[in-house]
Amino acid sequence: MSIELQNITKKFTGYTALDNINLNVASGELVALLGPSGCGKTTLLRIIAGLELPDSGKIILENKDTTNLPPRKKNVGFVFQHYALFRRLTVFENVAFGLKVLPMRERPSRSAIQERVEHLLKLVQMDWAIKRYPSQLSGGQRQRVALARALAVNPKVLLLDEPFSALDAKVRQELRRWLRKLHDEIHVTSIFVTHDQEEALELADRIVVINKGRIEQQGTPQEVYDHPVNAFVYNFLGNVNVFHGRIKNGKVSLGTHHVDAPDELKNTEERASQAFVRPHEIGISRIRSAESDLAGTIQEVRIMGGQIGLNLACEGFEHPIDAEIPRELYLNLQLAKGEKVFVSLNRVRVFTGDYEI
Amino acid sequence: MTLFQKKRRNILPGFGLSMGYTVFYLSAIVIVPLSMIFFNTIPMGWEPFIHAVTAPRVLASYRLSFSTALFAALFDAIVGLLTAWVLVRYRFPGKQFLDALVDLPFALPTAVAGICFATLYSPVGWLGETLAKWNIEIINSPTGIVVALIFIGFPFVVRTIQPVLEEVEQEIEEAAQCLGATRWQTFRKILLPHLFPALLTGSTLAFARGIGEYGSVIFIAGNLPMKTEIAPLMIMSKLDQFDYAGASAVALVLLLISFSMLLLLNAVQEWQQKEYR
Repeated sequence: MSIELQNITKKFTGYTALDNINLNVASGELVALLGPSGCGKTTLLRIIAGLELPDSGKIILENKDTTNLPPRKKNVGFVFQHYALFRRLTVFENVAFGLKVLPMRERPSRSAIQERVEHLLKLVQMDWAIKRYPSQLSGGQRQRVALARALAVNPKVLLLDEPFSALDAKVRQELRRWLRKLHDEIHVTSIFVTHDQEEALELADRIVVINKGRIEQQGTPQEVYDHPVNAFVYNFLGNVNVFHGRIKNGKVSLGTHHVDAPDELKNTEERASQAFVRPHEIGISRIRSAESDLAGTIQEVRIMGGQIGLNLACEGFEHPIDAEIPRELYLNLQLAKGEKVFVSLNRVRVFTGDYEI
Repeated sequence: MTLFQKKRRNILPGFGLSMGYTVFYLSAIVIVPLSMIFFNTIPMGWEPFIHAVTAPRVLASYRLSFSTALFAALFDAIVGLLTAWVLVRYRFPGKQFLDALVDLPFALPTAVAGICFATLYSPVGWLGETLAKWNIEIINSPTGIVVALIFIGFPFVVRTIQPVLEEVEQEIEEAAQCLGATRWQTFRKILLPHLFPALLTGSTLAFARGIGEYGSVIFIAGNLPMKTEIAPLMIMSKLDQFDYAGASAVALVLLLISFSMLLLLNAVQEWQQKEYR
């Protein structure tokens, strides 16, 4: 079931939540709306569901204009951040709710409802809890029930509003993988909202990065991660070191250090630039292997599991640089706080313009 | 050593002191005064007691008090729910004024309410005159008593439902809507069950208050024996005749009924909550 959003604009008093959003979602796709809090992503999701009306623009579900339909006629499944289960109903009654409120002639028979609910609860691995009340379940379990409830009405589209953000890290990761698997099985067109770039990268077929009510970039996780179109996207998709400098004669200055400007910026006139380097794209060694290597001192060592985080003070740089190296390298080089090392910036991305971060 | 281990540790300090204080105050304020009714009644003996509380006039007053209080409570349940809904769900100018107005029956001396009703519904009053044309009699009839009791019990229902309704998350209703429920279905299947305990509490309080209401009712009821005499009035008139034992016998029956009702209500709520908590 495809979704087409055309020129969606929504203003709240004082600010623009969504500014002329155009987005197409293909049938069966799993799309992530990724952005910082307050960027308008949840508003967009609520507009698709009909819980909010856009000031202008159209929402087209499978070639049908549904902009002004009330939520109950849209046939979308909505999963809320805080589950929104019906507290006074059992798990069974919760999942059956959408079927039981159907008009008499469309309503399935009692036994058909029973069968469908049991099937869905099996699908979300919650069939053992059919007689329980939501308060007797953990957060992760509640969210599974909420998902089964949303799926019960055979929605054309499944919308998930930060579905895992209220859960703890371990459960979050588990549910994430499980949802991906579930989506591969049932192929319902889904859009989920998240501010967690890891979640978006791991789960989605396509990521739509939103900032201040506008779409900054969309593409597969690979594309968005490897080829961010601007500083915001680059910065939002992971930890970065930012170097403010100037671009001049095809060279970009980072502190006292210079690197070659990227091809498309070779010939621009002198202007402010920002260079970004991800911590894991920084090389550390004991010997200087190239002239461009920087001399640095380890200020701090952070053990982060498989990776080791280093905080480096480098000559000619105002701010310390964050690097991440594999644990093995760290052990081989016998690094420690206060040691002198050589630092290479393996992959520098340069953006011009005065983009605020 | 075992003595100390037995003592359960509680994070909140001062259980002994505060519990003692609570029991003492409840005794001083509630239990001791009420027990006087028992002690006043006991010297009476069983037969005169039965005789006093089953006199036709007394029985008629019980019937009247309970039936009017019940009608008024049911009416308050519906109107109170509606009012609470409006006060919680909508924003409109004058909302705070309306909100304050709800409490007025709490604050007003009931005699004031009684006089208001008496003048409003009297055959020459604003409403009484119009109603008289259709042969509807409010003054000197059980209907009038119900009207007064509706007024008295109203804030109980509104004030118990309001906080519960405020607590209902918007998401719950949105979830129901997304699942295809109409507004009415959302209300009936999701909201009403949620509000029911509060509704029950509020209307029981209104009911209990209605049984005990004296001030506003006697102005409007006309106090005709066997017809519009409420139970508290029976106590009053027995006291007027210096029949203290008879008065406390009637009072004792009222007390027992009211108390068992509240007990029943608590039991119902306990049972309601148990399932899903």
